[in-house]
Amino acid sequence: MPNTLDLKRRIRSVKNTEQLTRAMKMVAAARLRRSQEQILAARPYAHRMHEVLARLACCTDAGHHPLLAERGDERVEILVITSDRGLCGGFNSSIIRRTEAFLAEPGRSDAPLHIVGRRAADYFKGKPVTIHSSYADVFRDFSFTRAREIGQDMIQRFMKGELDAVYIIYNQFKSAIQQNVVVEKLLPLVRIEAAAAVRHEYIYEPPPEQLLDALLHRHVNVQLWAALLESNAAENGARMVAMDAATKNAGELIDKLTLQMNRIRQAAITREIIEVVSGSDALG
Amino acid sequence: MSQGQIHLDVVTPERLVFSEVVDEVILPGSEGYLGVRPGHVPLMVGLGVGELSWRRGGRQDRMAVAMGYAEILPDRVVVLAETAERAEEIDGQRALSARRRAEEMLAGNPHKQVDIEQARAAQLRAAIRISVAAKKE
Repeated sequence: MPNTLDLKRRIRSVKNTEQLTRAMKMVAAARLRRSQEQILAARPYAHRMHEVLARLACCTDAGHHPLLAERGDERVEILVITSDRGLCGGFNSSIIRRTEAFLAEPGRSDAPLHIVGRRAADYFKGKPVTIHSSYADVFRDFSFTRAREIGQDMIQRFMKGELDAVYIIYNQFKSAIQQNVVVEKLLPLVRIEAAAAVRHEYIYEPPPEQLLDALLHRHVNVQLWAALLESNAAENGARMVAMDAATKNAGELIDKLTLQMNRIRQAAITREIIEVVSGSDALG
Repeated sequence: MSQGQIHLDVVTPERLVFSEVVDEVILPGSEGYLGVRPGHVPLMVGLGVGELSWRRGGRQDRMAVAMGYAEILPDRVVVLAETAERAEEIDGQRALSARRRAEEMLAGNPHKQVDIEQARAAQLRAAIRISVAAKKE
């Protein structure tokens, strides 16, 4: 039977943990709000971009652009987006599980990985997989420039014909308490539907083909940026929920331990009284 | 919006930087600067690195923009830039040190063509930001 001093120590330590998890929950909640705002802020750009692409698609030979060329699924690469830090529930493990499943599909076992976030990097380090590149601290110093850096290398190699397709595996932000693991094709780009009606007859400078080329490159980066934003929001949501649960568990544990401690204290007092009473009985 | 004005939107992947009604816009096209007044013919233009300025009443404001494109309609200008910073947001010290870094990189004889291009681009961007920040008030 543990004594009261041990229990007291235990309670104190659990209380400290509770404070910690509660603070982390608050931080995650604040970050979540910011990352949600970032998702919203990124929408106008993506929306406009799509409009212009659709318009350009109808006046150029867009279908033959190399970034849109379907070349089959021979040489596939995977971009895996996880977080740098843990303590966010099943956020990273579900991504890793999905990646393993993806690699297990026929002909994909040696697909090179591009990894964002330390969690996946640590996990795959000792595994028999090819890690092409690995990025850490993307979310700490979070900007579109970072997304472009990550995309650059893939775009260049795709254009050179060194790879046929790039898939991206990440957590999509559904709500603060729900994330969906999704697998999307980043390259080649999904065919862009030409705009049905042309409102204005534009003058183009530089010529539309050149403009389209530049825009498609940027489109890949925007897609990647959107995935990173989603993952960032999902991570903060997952961490908030995980830390909330941890805080609750800590509270329950404290209650249980306190009860146990009081029982022991009570038992000790009772025993002492019995001893005193029976002692005096024996004397009397 | 009264006749003879333009709605100017500046959007980056990170946020909507600017959205207001102005009288005239001057933007850095990839083939050179161009001025836009109300009633301009519809134009789609690539955006270079440079200074985007607009006039409203008697007041002229500016920001540093880099890479992207602009869509010009008779009553509307939409600038989609990869980066856009208003004069008051620019950290002069940081821009100066960025330019110094780029110059050092060029002076240090980089081997790869990519490095040279990157450093040149960084140098240009920093120079634009410095000049925009200098004209603040």
